[in-house]
Amino acid sequence: MSEPEKFDCIVVGAGPAGLSAALTLAKAGVEAAVLERGEYPGSKNVMGGILFTTILDKLLPEFWKEAPVERHVSQRRFSLLSRDGELGFSFRTGAFNEPPFNHTWTVLRAKFDRWYAEQAEAAGAMIIPGMMVSQVLTEGGKVVGVKTEPGGDELRCDVIISAEGANSFIAEQMGLRSALDPSHMAVAVKEVIGLPRSIIEDRFLLNGDEGSAWEIFGQAVQGTFGSGFVYTNKESVSIGVGSTVHDMKRYKLNPNDVLEQFKHHPAVWPLIRRGETLEYSAHMIPEGGFQHLPRLVADGLLLTGDAAGLVNASIYHEGSNLAMASGVLAAETVIEAKKRGDFSAASLSSYRHKLENSFVLKDLKKFQRVSAFFNDNPHILRDYPNIFVELLSDYFTVSESPKSEVEKSLISKFRREIGVLNLAKDAIKIGRAMR
Amino acid sequence: MSESHNDDNSKLKSTIEDKLFLDKYKLDKQSHIEVDQEKYKTDLLKAVNYICPAKVYAHSDEKNECLVSFENCLECGTCRVAAPDYVKWYYPRGGFGVQYRLG
Repeated sequence: MSEPEKFDCIVVGAGPAGLSAALTLAKAGVEAAVLERGEYPGSKNVMGGILFTTILDKLLPEFWKEAPVERHVSQRRFSLLSRDGELGFSFRTGAFNEPPFNHTWTVLRAKFDRWYAEQAEAAGAMIIPGMMVSQVLTEGGKVVGVKTEPGGDELRCDVIISAEGANSFIAEQMGLRSALDPSHMAVAVKEVIGLPRSIIEDRFLLNGDEGSAWEIFGQAVQGTFGSGFVYTNKESVSIGVGSTVHDMKRYKLNPNDVLEQFKHHPAVWPLIRRGETLEYSAHMIPEGGFQHLPRLVADGLLLTGDAAGLVNASIYHEGSNLAMASGVLAAETVIEAKKRGDFSAASLSSYRHKLENSFVLKDLKKFQRVSAFFNDNPHILRDYPNIFVELLSDYFTVSESPKSEVEKSLISKFRREIGVLNLAKDAIKIGRAMR
Repeated sequence: MSESHNDDNSKLKSTIEDKLFLDKYKLDKQSHIEVDQEKYKTDLLKAVNYICPAKVYAHSDEKNECLVSFENCLECGTCRVAAPDYVKWYYPRGGFGVQYRLG
């Protein structure tokens, strides 16, 4: 057998984190190989569909002129669903229709990641699709390469950047984290539903290439800790639901059943009816947040993106931008380590500081209580949407009862169902969790 | 024209079977999933049989074991988080498995 091939850096996974790392390394002249288990980059990659692009715009200025993005998001909606009602908040501004379009785009990842991989390749990175890492090779505890399948070939390197995604086997193999916790992992399913462009723009109140992002809580996911989403693409709508594995398991739910119930909710159905299901996908999302991050470096190894648990699962639902930022910062750490000729954990530890000084860990730290809060207070997402809609329904019901009596009965109902003190307590707790 | 007259939703799929039929796969001969049947038998919840988004797992009353349709796997990994005691799930070999065209 010939001498195994050796690279400065092996990047595992061609998603936003891995490709941002590879692009940054290639620009600095560091020899990087991206190993992607899919037949082409993007073929295993799924997300709801919002790409936040502050980092991307720095790496590839005005990327939107070339990249296969769908729509820029100028309209945000948030709703609570009861069984047959909705209480929502909607926001739009023309300011988001101007470059850089508020750095918020809907994308279809199989298309976008394929294009992004081509950009990394053009910058000098080597992209090797169809190669799955089955094992990290170590010598004396230090990472020296990977074993791949099919074929069992070994590739050598000085350092690995793992961008392998939510399942993050490498982190587990190298002892950087314990087994994944069902309370900290969400399972999400999604359908892409084809519809003519004009129908999408009419149904979602969009002008031209404007896009809409709608996040929905409560009965969207049968009151579990999770949410539903509806995002507009050019000629399709991405619709999905996600909740913690813990809640799906506990309430004996199948994710597709939850999705079907969501699709048929009266507030949702008119948006998708007469459409054509084009693809169905499933994916996990690491939502443990700051308090449950793995150790981020080992001798010859850095974790990025979902593999590092870098998802802001609060109301912002951000992941792709944290992935891209962590990929860039991991690459910068590797570039510095290469100058020192030292890829030990100590040498790579500046990666953590870089993340702490960026929005990545600042945001995760700010929202570190969110996950525990909703896991500990399941009644908020389970009961409140129903109660709020019921109260508003009473308020808006037209009758011949004098308004003063309506208000009186409303207040007594509110006291009975929730209680002023309980609501105040929960409001304070939510406030604290988000502070 | 009335709404109902033109309300053809036949292309909007609802069952997992119909949805998986739309997805593209490159099938491997070998399975990437192993179930420890002894431990599975003693597990009361058997969560994989309902939680899997692709219905990869199904209980066979006849054999009293878990049947695995690995070829339907959408590769989310939920099974290994929901039932780590008896499911051993790893990625299919490079190039095989589901191939998202949209993602």
